[in-house]
Amino acid sequence: MTSLTKILTHAFEKHEGHVHIKTEAKPYSNPYLVGIGLGLVLLAAFVIMGRGLGASGAISTLVAAGVDKVAPSHAAGNEFYKEYIGDGTTNPLKDWLVFEVIGVLVGGFLSGTLAGRVKKGIEKGPRISSRKRLFYAFIGGGLMGWGAKLARGCTSGQALSGGALLNLGSWAFMMMVFAGGYAAAYFIRRQWI
Amino acid sequence: MNSPFFKFNYFGMDVSLILAFAIGIGFGFALERGGFGSAKILAAQFYFTNMRVLKVMFTAIVTAMLGVYFLSVFGFMDLSLIYIGNTYILPQVVGGLVLGIGFVVGGYCPGTSVVSVSTGKIDGLVYLAGVAAGIFVFGEMFPLIKNFYSSTDMGSLTLPQFFNMSYGFIVFLVVIMALGAFAAAEWGEKKMAAKKSEANS
Repeated sequence: MTSLTKILTHAFEKHEGHVHIKTEAKPYSNPYLVGIGLGLVLLAAFVIMGRGLGASGAISTLVAAGVDKVAPSHAAGNEFYKEYIGDGTTNPLKDWLVFEVIGVLVGGFLSGTLAGRVKKGIEKGPRISSRKRLFYAFIGGGLMGWGAKLARGCTSGQALSGGALLNLGSWAFMMMVFAGGYAAAYFIRRQWI
Repeated sequence: MNSPFFKFNYFGMDVSLILAFAIGIGFGFALERGGFGSAKILAAQFYFTNMRVLKVMFTAIVTAMLGVYFLSVFGFMDLSLIYIGNTYILPQVVGGLVLGIGFVVGGYCPGTSVVSVSTGKIDGLVYLAGVAAGIFVFGEMFPLIKNFYSSTDMGSLTLPQFFNMSYGFIVFLVVIMALGAFAAAEWGEKKMAAKKSEANS
């Protein structure tokens, strides 16, 4: 009987155009075990490449390459973009962080699929509309992108990678990330709780 | 065997990109396992209801830090060949603060938003567009803030150098600090859960 209900609900879901497999989403893993796994991935990056992980750098490369495509002379006159575009001898997208972030996309999808957690949706608290949540997502992303460039890295490049290497600037940065988050949390609480 | 391998020319640029992809898969897999594809879980860190961000992040930092320390102590790794960015203390403090606000407003950081996109989250996609917009704005105003951006350059500076203590002792202190933070996080979560069930009854 239960399997019949399962087949029926499955059929209906397909009918509504959902392509994902609707099984019960598994709970997330033990945070300390995940931390050890993440730490070993980071250690592998140090051992193999001599550098840490990153994320915002890849998006910077995409932005700089985009500006270069639309307005090449404007990009060439800007020191910030120029650093990501390079001297023109190699394609700027042939970049370590760009390939790493494509891997993140694949790895996240792989893990999510195995645990039945790939599901279209919007992450938000119960007291906020989807439109408002998307507005905040964009604004928050904007602050993050701007701040990451000023700090020369985000949570991956500075806090995680620089933190493990005991970099002074990374630790100061990390403390300030938590300070900023906790300071703003009260004012934005309607979005989450 | 000498590491980092890339610096000893064990392989070239093209292979390094394949390795970047492989390492990225591990990175994304771990972030998703941790629940970091979900903005609700990430934001919960700032309301003390779920301290996963702190637990995963500090465990990862401690694991990689101990790995780097012991590999270099036993001579498998040349620590001087690992890239450490310079410290520009003021811009990094201000940038960190802005980024922290962006974290709780947007619900993700750049890496976790990529994972959220891979697991179907629309707010993650909008957030990523926001990150790109923020970087674009930074790029456009770069001539204006260039002076501040390159101010307070302290060079490549680590905590052991800054506090004039041995590397091993700082490693030890960070481990102790992390264990203390984990204990506080577990205690805080229990406290918040008790408060919640009290409010519901």
